[in-house]
Amino acid sequence: MIEYEAVIGLETHIQLNTTTKIFCGCKADSWGDPPNTNICPVCSGMPGVLPVLNKAVVEKAVLLAKAMNAEVQTDSYFDRKNYFYPDLPKGYQITQNDQPIAIGGFMDLPMEGYTRHVRIHKLHMEEDAGKTKTGYGRRLVDFNRCGVPLIEMVTEPDLRSADEVAAYLIRLRQLLRWLDVSEADMEKGHLRADANVSIRVKGETILNEKTEIKNVNSIESLRSAVEKEIKRQIKEVEAGNTIEAWTLDWDEDTQTLSKMRSKETMADYRYFKDPDLLVVHLDEAWKASILVDFPELPLARRERFISEYELPEYDADILTSERSLSDYFEQANKAYGEDPKRLSNWLMNDVMRLLNELDLEARDLKVTPEYLAEIIKMVDANTVNTSTGKSLLEKVQQSGKSPKEIVEVEGLAQVSDTGAIREIAARIVAENPDNVEKYRSGKDSLIGWFVGQVMRESRGKADPNLAREVLEELLK
Amino acid sequence: MELCDLSAFELAGLIRNREVSAVEALESALKRIEQVDGRSGSLEAGEITPEDEKKVHAFITRTEQIARAEAEVVDRKLAEGVIPGPLAGVPYTAKDIFNVRGTLSTAGSKILSNYEAPYTATPVARMQKAGAVILGKVNLDEFTHGSSSESSAYQPAPRNPWDPSTVPGGSSGGSTAAVAAGMGQLSLGTDTGGSIRQPSAFCGVVGLKPTYGRVSRYGLIAFGSSLDCPGPVARNVRDAAMMLNVIAGPDPSDSTAVTVPVPDYTAELEGGVKGMRIGLSPDFFKIQYFNHESGEMDEEPISAEIKQAVEQAADRLSEMGARIVENVPMPHTKYGIPTYFVISRVEVASNLHRFDGVKYGYRTPLAIEDLDEMYRRTRAEGFGAQPKLRILMGMYVSAAQYSAQYYQRALKVRSLIRGDFERAYDPDGEYRLDALLTPATPTPAFKFGDVYGDTVLMQYADQFTVTANHAGIPGLSMMGGLSKERLPLGIQLLGRDYDEAALLRIGRAFEVATQDAPWRKEKPQVLAGLA
Ligand SMILES: [Zn+2]
Repeated sequence: MIEYEAVIGLETHIQLNTTTKIFCGCKADSWGDPPNTNICPVCSGMPGVLPVLNKAVVEKAVLLAKAMNAEVQTDSYFDRKNYFYPDLPKGYQITQNDQPIAIGGFMDLPMEGYTRHVRIHKLHMEEDAGKTKTGYGRRLVDFNRCGVPLIEMVTEPDLRSADEVAAYLIRLRQLLRWLDVSEADMEKGHLRADANVSIRVKGETILNEKTEIKNVNSIESLRSAVEKEIKRQIKEVEAGNTIEAWTLDWDEDTQTLSKMRSKETMADYRYFKDPDLLVVHLDEAWKASILVDFPELPLARRERFISEYELPEYDADILTSERSLSDYFEQANKAYGEDPKRLSNWLMNDVMRLLNELDLEARDLKVTPEYLAEIIKMVDANTVNTSTGKSLLEKVQQSGKSPKEIVEVEGLAQVSDTGAIREIAARIVAENPDNVEKYRSGKDSLIGWFVGQVMRESRGKADPNLAREVLEELLK
Repeated sequence: MELCDLSAFELAGLIRNREVSAVEALESALKRIEQVDGRSGSLEAGEITPEDEKKVHAFITRTEQIARAEAEVVDRKLAEGVIPGPLAGVPYTAKDIFNVRGTLSTAGSKILSNYEAPYTATPVARMQKAGAVILGKVNLDEFTHGSSSESSAYQPAPRNPWDPSTVPGGSSGGSTAAVAAGMGQLSLGTDTGGSIRQPSAFCGVVGLKPTYGRVSRYGLIAFGSSLDCPGPVARNVRDAAMMLNVIAGPDPSDSTAVTVPVPDYTAELEGGVKGMRIGLSPDFFKIQYFNHESGEMDEEPISAEIKQAVEQAADRLSEMGARIVENVPMPHTKYGIPTYFVISRVEVASNLHRFDGVKYGYRTPLAIEDLDEMYRRTRAEGFGAQPKLRILMGMYVSAAQYSAQYYQRALKVRSLIRGDFERAYDPDGEYRLDALLTPATPTPAFKFGDVYGDTVLMQYADQFTVTANHAGIPGLSMMGGLSKERLPLGIQLLGRDYDEAALLRIGRAFEVATQDAPWRKEKPQVLAGLA
């Protein structure tokens, strides 16, 4: 049987999270706003208006280019892509064609047991178009999205499976948030991905005719769309049919792909350099000022967490899933100074639960990394027991007070006084002759029940290990 | 002498000293409009009557109400002792290619016939801030596409006040005709291939195309975006300098508006030309054009009267102390028009994309099947012949398979044209010019209908002006004499980047040198016999 492999390239559009649009002062993010409320003469294409480039767009593009190992161009410029559509009020889109902001680049994508080297073709800046819809018996146009800044980033056809497509998008989304260049929410269209899919006999290097999958708005859906398309292509080829260059539209409701239009002739957009905008000149000083606080990137940090802190891959993945969480870990680790894996457990279980419940990012917690370290140290020193330690997390988060202060004020310190524990234990033994009998007749597991009683009586402050020792002695 | 016949400088002085009021100045201009302008341009003009043929028809939209309000503000401020702007109370007009909030801004086209601007163009806003009083929006070739103003969808088209049987030139023909006939001391025009300088020459007024980027294009409905320059039309050099002072300078709404500091253009005006080097080029004393049958460049002489006017101007300037440098080679001048045919068309085809019937302006009233048909019909009905021709050509030469052959090549020729000027002005070069003195046009104003319809021939009326647009340099045209037919003869000064001041100074020296010339005493025909 012939074995096939998929050859997939992704064309991604990334909506930047700038405050204003790319060529005017209108608010960039119109999510939830009524139609045509974030518009002005410039972005609605009134006669006589001119675009003025928002520098923040260039800066975010440079951050992303650097993160993708792309070559940032000292001079890039904007072109006009001419076509008619009602959502394009100028009749042309301002984009970069001949000389984009960055060329080349790659991402080394960690997969189960191997790394996929995904090359980037180029990154360019452009403006988004508006939206049209049908309503009240006519075509309606909403210009809110006109002029929202986008970066188009195109990969080479280097992905080999639907899983790799999903992994790439997850890593890209993580990176975009990490760099604070985009909210990267596919459901809201902040991150859009079209997939070019073809297949070939495994081992071949040729590129066969491809189809393009459009209009998918989640990573999971794109994974299934690509998977379905690969299966369809294999079936067609095995049946002796040829693959045609279709554009395929994804229907989320039915989870199916359907043919949009055949792509035999390329439209001529008559690109030419936009005379209304100056060359984007990124001199060394500007570039340096953009990159001055360039962060360690998630994949590099993940590697370092594994090698430096000897964390399992799983922990490293989770702790670097989001920048503020990984910063939190590092700060807490510095303050803690003991076993990083023990800290990682606390973070992944208890701190992340708190984050989820409160819908916060790690940097917003009142439980600072230092407070967390303090709590774990108190548990380690038996000053408080584990469950008190965990409840301290919430108390600190609520009050903003230091864990030590709370322990003092509320008298939460663990009772390690053998005398006090012995007193409680003796009373419990005296009050429960039945269970004493059962224990003595061999039901050892009841020791847990006795310890529990002591803990309850002491309102959780007793050192459970000490309680167990005392009880075992009394019950002999 | 009527107030409307005073210069902007004189009138502004009288108003500032409260010898006359801004409202009186306005009344004078309105009276002149009543006397000479006839009916304004309209889409349903009907037949052009013999009476029409005697009038100027500079306007599309008169803005008397706005003007009164502006003039009253000026008078009130003066009464309160507030120091008004430098052009306070001076009536002016704006070419109807500028957006002026709350006014129809038609570009002379049916496709924008119902478009009321929601914002104001930067140069207009600066005129407002300087206290100037807007009389209205004046006629032009449709979307500025022409050199006679005949192609406006708004008829009757403007006529030349010196002889209403001739054209005022274009595309700023409404502007230059208005200024020449006393309907506003100033007008705001635009120059893409000569559209300020050529009609200024035809109408005997001063027209200045500033350096590209010197004046913001924000709010100017674009033709050739890399060539378009807003600029002043005035009755004398000082007025042009005053107006440039007001409109020049960087603009946060136009990234191509440069931040080079703006000098006071009136400061050095009387500095004279002693020691200045002014060049003459043989390449500006002949018309060179492409012969479609032979495939060769043919040559024709220019009007002998214009040649003589330029030579006499050189003599006058020489007498004033300028050094005249002859035989400056400008070998690429002959490619100016063909290059313009390509570059401006590519840009305009794209710039006119937005007129699609979707958002504003004209939309076909006919029943339509689909979006494509709506686009096709709207544009077929809304655009006149000139925009259509230019769109077609622009689409052709920017098509993927022809772009290298035409557009990319034209861009290369454009830099060769720029090279001619750089060599002529190079301070370490052979010529070291401060300015080049040339004819503004090959001929004086031509008769109505004579050239209209022949796009190629019409375009050669811009041969001497268009290279300045390619090069981005400033150019000033002004009257240098009168023909036997009593039509103005235009001379032109071309200068270095951002050195409008030099052109104004030379122009002023020429005015001084010719102040007693008999032709200076002559007035446009339409003003003869006015009470
Ligand atoms: Zn806007």
